[in-house]
Formats: sequence, structure tokens, C-alpha cells
Amino acid sequence: MSLMHIMILLPLIFAIIIPILYRFYKGIHLGWFVLPIPIIIFSYFMSYINVPDSEKPFIVIWEFMPRLGMNFAVHLDGLSLLFASLITGIGALVVLYSITYLSKSESLGNFYCYLLMFMGAMLGVVLSDNLLMLYLFWELTSISSFLLIAYWRHKQSSIYGAQKSLLITVFGGLMLLGGFICLSLAGNSWSITSLIQNADTIQSSPFFVFAMILIIIGAMTKSAQFPFHIWLPDAMEAPTPVSAYLHSATMVKAGIYLIARTTPIFAINGGFVWTVTAVGLVTLIWASFNAVKQQDLKGILAFSTVSQLGMIMSMLGIGAVSYHYSGEESQLFIASIIAAVFHLINHATFKGALFMVTGTIDHEVGTRDIKKLGGLMTIMPISCTFSIITALSMAGVPPFNGFLSKELFLTAMFDAHHADVFGLSTLGYLLPVVALIGSIFTFVYSFKYVHEIFFGDYKPDALPKKVHEAPLLMLLPTGILTLLVVVFGLFPNILSNTIIAPAVRAIAPFADAPEVHISYWHGITPALIGTIIVFIVGFILFKTVQKWFSVYSIQPEYLTFNYYYDRGIQLSYFVSNKVTQSYMTGFIRTYLIYIFAFFIIMTALTLFTHPVSIAFDNISKIRPYEVILMGLILVSTFCIVLAKSRLFSIIMLAAVGYSVALFFVFFGAPDLALTQLSIETISTALFLLCFYHLPKMNRHEETRKFKLGNLLISICVGMAVIAIGLIAYGNRHFDSISKYYVDNVYDLAAGKNMVNVILVDFRGFDTLFESAVLGIAGLGIYTLIKLRDKGKNGGEEHEETIE
Amino acid sequence: MTSIFVIIAIIIVALSMIGILIRVILGPTLADRVIALDALGITLMAMIALFSVLTNTKYLFVILLLIGILAFLGTAAFAKFMDKGEIIENDRNDTY
Repeated sequence: MSLMHIMILLPLIFAIIIPILYRFYKGIHLGWFVLPIPIIIFSYFMSYINVPDSEKPFIVIWEFMPRLGMNFAVHLDGLSLLFASLITGIGALVVLYSITYLSKSESLGNFYCYLLMFMGAMLGVVLSDNLLMLYLFWELTSISSFLLIAYWRHKQSSIYGAQKSLLITVFGGLMLLGGFICLSLAGNSWSITSLIQNADTIQSSPFFVFAMILIIIGAMTKSAQFPFHIWLPDAMEAPTPVSAYLHSATMVKAGIYLIARTTPIFAINGGFVWTVTAVGLVTLIWASFNAVKQQDLKGILAFSTVSQLGMIMSMLGIGAVSYHYSGEESQLFIASIIAAVFHLINHATFKGALFMVTGTIDHEVGTRDIKKLGGLMTIMPISCTFSIITALSMAGVPPFNGFLSKELFLTAMFDAHHADVFGLSTLGYLLPVVALIGSIFTFVYSFKYVHEIFFGDYKPDALPKKVHEAPLLMLLPTGILTLLVVVFGLFPNILSNTIIAPAVRAIAPFADAPEVHISYWHGITPALIGTIIVFIVGFILFKTVQKWFSVYSIQPEYLTFNYYYDRGIQLSYFVSNKVTQSYMTGFIRTYLIYIFAFFIIMTALTLFTHPVSIAFDNISKIRPYEVILMGLILVSTFCIVLAKSRLFSIIMLAAVGYSVALFFVFFGAPDLALTQLSIETISTALFLLCFYHLPKMNRHEETRKFKLGNLLISICVGMAVIAIGLIAYGNRHFDSISKYYVDNVYDLAAGKNMVNVILVDFRGFDTLFESAVLGIAGLGIYTLIKLRDKGKNGGEEHEETIE
Repeated sequence: MTSIFVIIAIIIVALSMIGILIRVILGPTLADRVIALDALGITLMAMIALFSVLTNTKYLFVILLLIGILAFLGTAAFAKFMDKGEIIENDRNDTY
């Protein structure tokens, strides 16, 4: 256990303390107590920022479950450091923001407890070196996210969104677990670093493809990639700080982290490159297209987040191509990874700020509906400035950081066709087209976002509250993020060697050291022309948005993924209900048919698949009175089955019982015969008692209905038992152990009656518990008779029978 | 020599059992059947006694006594049932 472990567990520990603090300190807003935690962790991780990779505490292991290989191993490299600083840095800002956003009347103890839980889990995800630990923290993020989305749990839509996100992310999480297990089987280790070192052996393993597919699915669900993106817009029911933190900056990037982390292992495979790239691009274009039609500010931002995540994903996909090249050519594709990492940071800054601005507007105006908003520029000038800067960054307009990463993205896409692997040289020409279309829609919704809130007509009548500028404390975290957007935009190279280069080295350890230098002017490149096209077309589309808005009504309701998700949920209820209803009939006879049919099938299968022999060599001679007794039993048995009256059945059953007692007599078992006689008498008397007390209405003697199925089943069961008996008798391989009892019954136990000596001496334990069974039965009968519900007609009510 | 007589005796007892059994099945009234069952128990005792002579064992005598007791109890219970309609009378006032 090291300081690093303490730092990861600090939020989790504090999540336990928070409710106690909340209980006793009502005076001060709880957020102030929480605020130091992310700041401390952030400054701790910042201290590693300029330390070279080789000198960082590379792997610190705390043995957690060493037998299972589940050690809490922390691995700090460029990638984890980047994510850890994002998590804690934005975490601190979000906590600061939430202090003014959430009033003291909310249940703050829950909120901060969940939030800290999430923060600790997320730190665990990005810093774990052990696959099992990673999975553990991964699920903890899903659960805490579920709790945070359903924070206002009196709202039906919150519950729906939380359930949806939990179902989808846990589905992905379980896929991920499968992938991790496959990966550890392939590489024979749970440690990610050693798996990366053994990447060559893993790639030849049969588990490789399974591991790859399952891990990609896990990453896709968490990062809201097409078609698993549907949970993210519904997760917007969460409080805005949660949306800003989880659903823009951190949790949705866990999938990105996972893809980046496993790139060194999977990059060799063309399927990985294509899946990640294609899924990313499809997500980009689909979500950016859909973002334009949203009427809710957070809806726009949710789809925007999805599309930006798709963009990062596609860049990672292209970056994986660099595995197949070396030297200069590899740098061409490494540039794509650089772009991905850079955009990851940029997106976290501007999207966090945009969410906070949205939350501010929601808080001050009381609505997030763009139809009601408008003309707030002069009323909320500071928020307006912030949102213009961040939205321009999102659209990719200079001089903000979004422009730089967008241009790097376009460059990467234009360069993709240089690769001559996996058909990229031909299909690669398609990528920039898709990327350009996606960027155009991004441009349109970014402008639309700002325009709908701050420009146009001011509609004071439609607004629930009297509008004024947000409090300073609320603007502070937004301002810090906006400042970062500007700073990273103007001086991108302060990031390049401190954060981006180590992260890229972590994603692509097989390549040469990347040359990270982000500059504004590359000369006239295809990417620059592409950017200009985006600006022009995007501006035209933005101006004419009312004219082509009807495009969105083309897509019918039943062709959306939400529709299929809802139908799927309904269908799963419906189908499972149907299936259960179809075989759980509630009748014991049906279940007996299942049991007997299963017994018959298993016996038949065993008999037909295994050679069996029936040996008749040690069968004893048949005596005449055995035959007579056998005939008697047969006749009585048939009488039981065919009897017209119950009384006759009972008497015939007694006849069978007495005949069995006679069998015991003939086979030399006097003790058994004694017991059998007395027990048979008592049980016949009990049967007669039951018969006497049967309800009057059903007293008319009815014969059983004949059913062919029942006859077949009973014949088959009888034959199966006979077959088993004959085979078992003919295949005795060992002598009986009864010789020991015969020899020692008097010498060891001082008794002459061997049965009794066995019962009470050699194997007395069985007798003890059989006596216990009798005792329990007696007590049971007593309680059944005596303890009735006396409230209802003195216990005359009968148990309700199921129709 | 003895065994032949014993077997003959067993056959005779068995024949009489069949006769009694016919009475049990046909017997028009309940009383006929109860008497026949009682007789069936006694013939069963005879059968087991003969069998123990045949196999030369003394361990079956306990069963003879038991059947005797059971036959008596059964007949008495049936008789009471036919007389009063119930076997065990519960005369004490039910406190529950």
C-alpha cells in the first residue's frame, strides 16, 4: 500500500464520512467539505507531470487477493496521468459548481456520497493495472452513475434514464469481464503491462478475437457509441453537475481509455482498426446529425458528447494503424493518436463548461427548452461570453482549442488512405468525407446552441423566473474551464510535452518517440481546405436551418434505437412471462410429468449410449409361494388402479402392504415384517380417516379419466426401473460387506439380532435422525391440527385452490 | 415326512383363505366383510405358523402374536364404528 493507493481510495473513504458530516454540520454547505478532496488528489498527480515515464512509480502493487491474481496494482503512465488529472481537476470544478447549483434543501449527503464514490471508482479504472481490479472499479462507476442519474428519484424520467443506462452499461460491463477473462487466458496474466509485453503470444491465441470483440463492446457501451448511445441522452435527467462531470468529461471516456489502453495488444488486427474507426465515424455523423434537432439544451449537449466521443474513437482507430509501420510513416498515424489525446482534453474542457452554462441558465431561467429561450445576451453577458467561446471551440473555430484538434482530426482522416493495410488505401478515401459531414453538423448545432439562447427575441412571458446573471461562485468554475479553452487554444504546446507526449507513448509503445508539436499553420493542406469547407457549408446550413429542418421528420418513430430498446424491454417482460406461464401451470401433475419424462429420457439415453449386459448367473431358485404372493400383489395393484371407488382402493392398498409383510416373512426378515404389519395397519386406518372426512360434495364416486399419455409415462417409468434393477443386479462387482456384521455382531456388539445391532450400534446415527423425523412429523401434525386461523369461522375455511 | 403334511396343511389353509377372500369382496353388508377380514387374519396366522414349521425357524412367532392383536383391534374398532359412527369418542368439552 502506497500513497498512490491512498489517493485512489481517498474519495471512497470520504464517501463514508460524508453522510456523518451531513448529519452533524447542517450550517455549512456540504460541498465545502468535499472540495479539498479532488484538489488534494489533483495536486498530487500534478507532481508527477514532469517526471519522465521511467522514474514514475511504474507499478505499485498492494496484494489484495493474490491467490486469484487480483492485486490492487497501480500503474501510472502518461495515459493514466492524463485521465487522473482530468477526473480530479474537473471533479474539483464540478464540486465547486454544485455548491451554488444545489441548494441546502436537497439531500446533499446522498449527492456527495455518490459523487465521491464515482470519483474514486473512476480513478481506480484509469490507474488499475490489474484487469479484475479494473473491472471492479468499472462496475462501481456504473452503479454510482446509476445512483447519480436517479438522484431526483421522484421523477419518473430519472428512474427511466437510470434504469436504461444501468442496463446498457452493465451489459457492456459483463461483456468486458468476458473479454478480460479471454485476454488473461490468452496472455496468462491479469496485469495489463505484462499483457502488453506479451502481445505477440496473445495475438496467436485462439482467445484473441473473442477478447477483442468483447472488450470493444464493453468500451462501446460505456462510451455511448453507436448503437449503444441511446442511454446518454436519457441520462440528462441527472443534476447538471453530474451531467457535466460524468456524461461529458469522465465516465463516457472510460471506454475511450479502455480502447487506448488495449491498443498495443489489439492494434495488429485489422478488425480492431476497422471496427473502432467505423463505429467512431458512424457515431460521429449520426449523433451530430441528431443533435441539431434537439429541443432541450442538455439534449443537444448529450448528442454532441456522443458525436465527439465517436470522433475520438475513430482517431484512435486510425492511430492503431501506426503499429504496422515504423519511422517516418508511423509518425503519420501517430499524429492521429496525438489528435485523439488532444481532443480528449479539449472536449473535457469545453463540454464541461457548456454543461455548466446550461445548468446556470436552467438555474436562473427555469427552463432548458430552446423554444422559450432567446435574447439573453444583455441579461447574462458573462455566461454568454463563456458559452460563445466554448461553443466556437466545439465547432472548431480558431483561435480556440477545438479548432486545433479538429484540424488534427481532419488531417488524420485525410492521411488514412496512405496506409496500404486493411483496405485503407481504397476505402480510406471515404473517411474524410464522413468526417467532413460530421464536422459540418457539429458546426451547425454549436451555432444553433448559442443562437437559440442568447440571440433572437427575449421572451420574458414564457420564462418561469425573472432572469438575472448567475452568482459569481457559479460562474467561477465555468470561467476556469473557459480560460483553459482559450489558453490551450493560444498556447497548445504547453500541453504537448507535458501531457500529450507521455500519453501517446503509453498508447503506442511500439512506435518511436512521437514528435508532438501543435501549430496553427501547416501551409495549404487538405485539412485546411476541409475546415474552410466546413465553415462555409456549416454557416449556410445554420442560416437555412428552418428550411431543411423537416428532414428530421423523415425518420419514422419505429426506426429509432430508442423504439427498439423500449420494445425490447417490453418484449423481454412479455416473452419471459409467456414462457413461464406456459410451463409453470401450477398443477402438480404437470410438474410430475416433467420429472418423470426427464427420468425416462435420461435412463433411455444412458441405456442406449452405453453397452449394458444383464447377467442371470447368480439368480436363486423361485419358490412356489413367492409366485402366489406375487400374483396376489399384482392383482391388488391392478385393483388399486382400476378401482371404481376410493374405499376399494384403500383396502387393496392395505392388501398390498400385508402381502409385502408376507414377503418379508418368506425372505426371513421378521423385524421388517413386524414393523410393516403394524405400520400398514396404522396407515390404512389413517387413509380410512381421510376417506371418511372427504367433503360431502365430492363424495359421489367418480372414476379416473383415462389418459394415454399418463399410461405411457407410467409404463415407461416402470420399465426403466425394472431395467435399472436388472442391470444393477447382474453387474455386481464387489462382495457385500455384510460378512463383517455377521462375524462381529456378538463379539463386538454383544447382540444376536443383527438387524437391531446394526440399527442401534453399527449405524446408530441413522436411527437417531429417523427418530427425529418421526418427532418432527408428530409435532407437525399437532400444529397443523391445533394452530389454525381462529379468526375465520373457527378454522373451517379451506385453503384456496388455484383454478 | 413332516414337511409333506405341512405343505398339505398350507394348501388347505390357502384354499380357505381364498374362500374367505371371496366373502370379503362379495359380502353384501359391512358386517360380513369385517367377520371375513377377522377370519383372514386368523388364517394368516396359521399360514405363518405352518411356514415357520416348514423352514424350521422360531423367529416368526412374534409376528403371529402381532397379527392376533391387530386382528382383534381392527375388528373391535370396526364394531365400534358400526355401533356409534366413530371410533374414538371425545367426550371432554373442547376448551379451544
